[in-house]
Amino acid sequence: MASTPISASARIQHRVRTEPFWVRMTLLIVAFAFLLGFLLLPLTVVFVQAFSKGWSVYIAALLEPNALLAARLTLLTALIAVPLNLVFGIAAAWSIAKFEFKGKSLLITLIDLPFSVSPVVSGLIYVLMFGLQGWLGPWLQAHDIKLIFAVPGIVLATLFVTFPFVARELIPLMQSQGTEEEEAALVLGASGWQIFWHVTLPNIRWGLLYGVILCNARAMGEFGAVSVVSGHIRGQTNTLPLHVEILYNEYNSAAAFAVASLLASLALVTLALKSFFEWHLKEDATLTESTS
Amino acid sequence: MAYSFSTLIQKRGVLPGFSLTLGFSVLYLCLIVLIPLSATFLKAAPLGFQGFWDVITQPRVLASYRLTFGASLAAATINAFFGLLVAWVLVRYDFFGKKLIDALVDLPFALPTAVAGIALATLYSSKGWVGHLLAPYGIKIAYTPLGVVVALTFIGLPFVVRTIQPILEDFESELEEAAASLGANRWQTFSRVIFPTLAPALLTGFALAFARAVGEYGSVIFIAGNIPMVSEITPLLIITKLEQYDYAGATALAVSMLVVSFTLLLTINALQRWAHLRKF
Repeated sequence: MASTPISASARIQHRVRTEPFWVRMTLLIVAFAFLLGFLLLPLTVVFVQAFSKGWSVYIAALLEPNALLAARLTLLTALIAVPLNLVFGIAAAWSIAKFEFKGKSLLITLIDLPFSVSPVVSGLIYVLMFGLQGWLGPWLQAHDIKLIFAVPGIVLATLFVTFPFVARELIPLMQSQGTEEEEAALVLGASGWQIFWHVTLPNIRWGLLYGVILCNARAMGEFGAVSVVSGHIRGQTNTLPLHVEILYNEYNSAAAFAVASLLASLALVTLALKSFFEWHLKEDATLTESTS
Repeated sequence: MAYSFSTLIQKRGVLPGFSLTLGFSVLYLCLIVLIPLSATFLKAAPLGFQGFWDVITQPRVLASYRLTFGASLAAATINAFFGLLVAWVLVRYDFFGKKLIDALVDLPFALPTAVAGIALATLYSSKGWVGHLLAPYGIKIAYTPLGVVVALTFIGLPFVVRTIQPILEDFESELEEAAASLGANRWQTFSRVIFPTLAPALLTGFALAFARAVGEYGSVIFIAGNIPMVSEITPLLIITKLEQYDYAGATALAVSMLVVSFTLLLTINALQRWAHLRKF
């Protein structure tokens, strides 16, 4: 008898915050249909098409010399672009989160700029800088330096499109953590590097990994910007996404999807790691909240 | 003198490394982003205003603007509606595989655009899994402007979901209970209490999806068909002009797109500030 009022109020509370059963079911079905058509089926079709002609065709497409060279260039590009943007991200976040200065919000806006630029334009700006018709083109040609339609151009375009990833992850994270712990280390006699390695880095590691994994996914998957500066020379300036395009346009669909399935697997690994890092980030955030 | 120096330190912060990190950040930002972007604007200057205007008002260019902005608007609208629905379902309902679906929403961020492009083209062609269901009704998606809308919807999908989700999670249940106890039915509570709170975030997500769609290239070109005047997007036209060695034309188009992008960026910043203010 005594428990009735409580359960009744709980029931009412539940009822006012949820919809009738048929509404819930309709919403769920419509949402699922949308996600099926736009997420699940596109992902499935990649793997189904990749194996449509059997394992041997699949393996052959991945081990073909041009595919291997494209994979090598993709790895090389990411290996240069990700560490450089990581160093930039840490430096930018340190100066923005730990110090006060004029023009800070302008700097934050400028760091986000590459995200709002079309990938095609991101490639074009380097053609207009370093290409034959570009500002430095004649000088580069006179000194026999080739940046555009060559590997350096691909790296530059990738640097541009992946520029904000680490910085935009670290800036809000380090701002929310404040400067007390670092100042305590300073008072105890730690040097700048010691503070960074032993105090700041352990605090930001999950956010840092989160930024790095997204930066890497974009660096390995970038298509538009790289397409403009690459020149599409097989075996020399083709990355994996460009290799997919060439195979697909040659109606070599099974091979195109085989290489694409490799990139799709990379995307799935990225999503899994991202969820894992996000979970740690949330844990850290609730831990800070409960201790402070 | 010593006094003013110490107040400066107090105002700025006491930790080491300020000049080094800020100096490096600004230098790197200038080298990678600001100088190449400014160089593009300078490259367009010799055209003059008349020359610039002549390029960006060519019929083929105008047709590409109509398609790019029209399809982006359509895709962002579809995403605003379904993004709100997906966010609602993910936050409010319990079902099997919820965590997996939640993680999968970010697929368009992680999947290389070229892979998305060939997958969507295959899926929505008249022989594809989805396309062959629609073909008997005379609906063609791949290689028509509709295909562009489909690709741009895919690419913008996470933006609305991810901007609405946190707002919906933080939403105070007291407000809904108050509305219900004052006699509002469920639809009235949603449209008059919940929706107004979500509106700024919904608009921000819409703008983010639209901004991303306007510049998108990789996922579109495989499904679009790329017929001049019909299904040719502006970024593709830039590449076409570049391949014809029409550098002036490509630059003019790029500058017009940069102006649009920067305007959108400023709008989104303003929207986010507004959404932030509305929260408190």
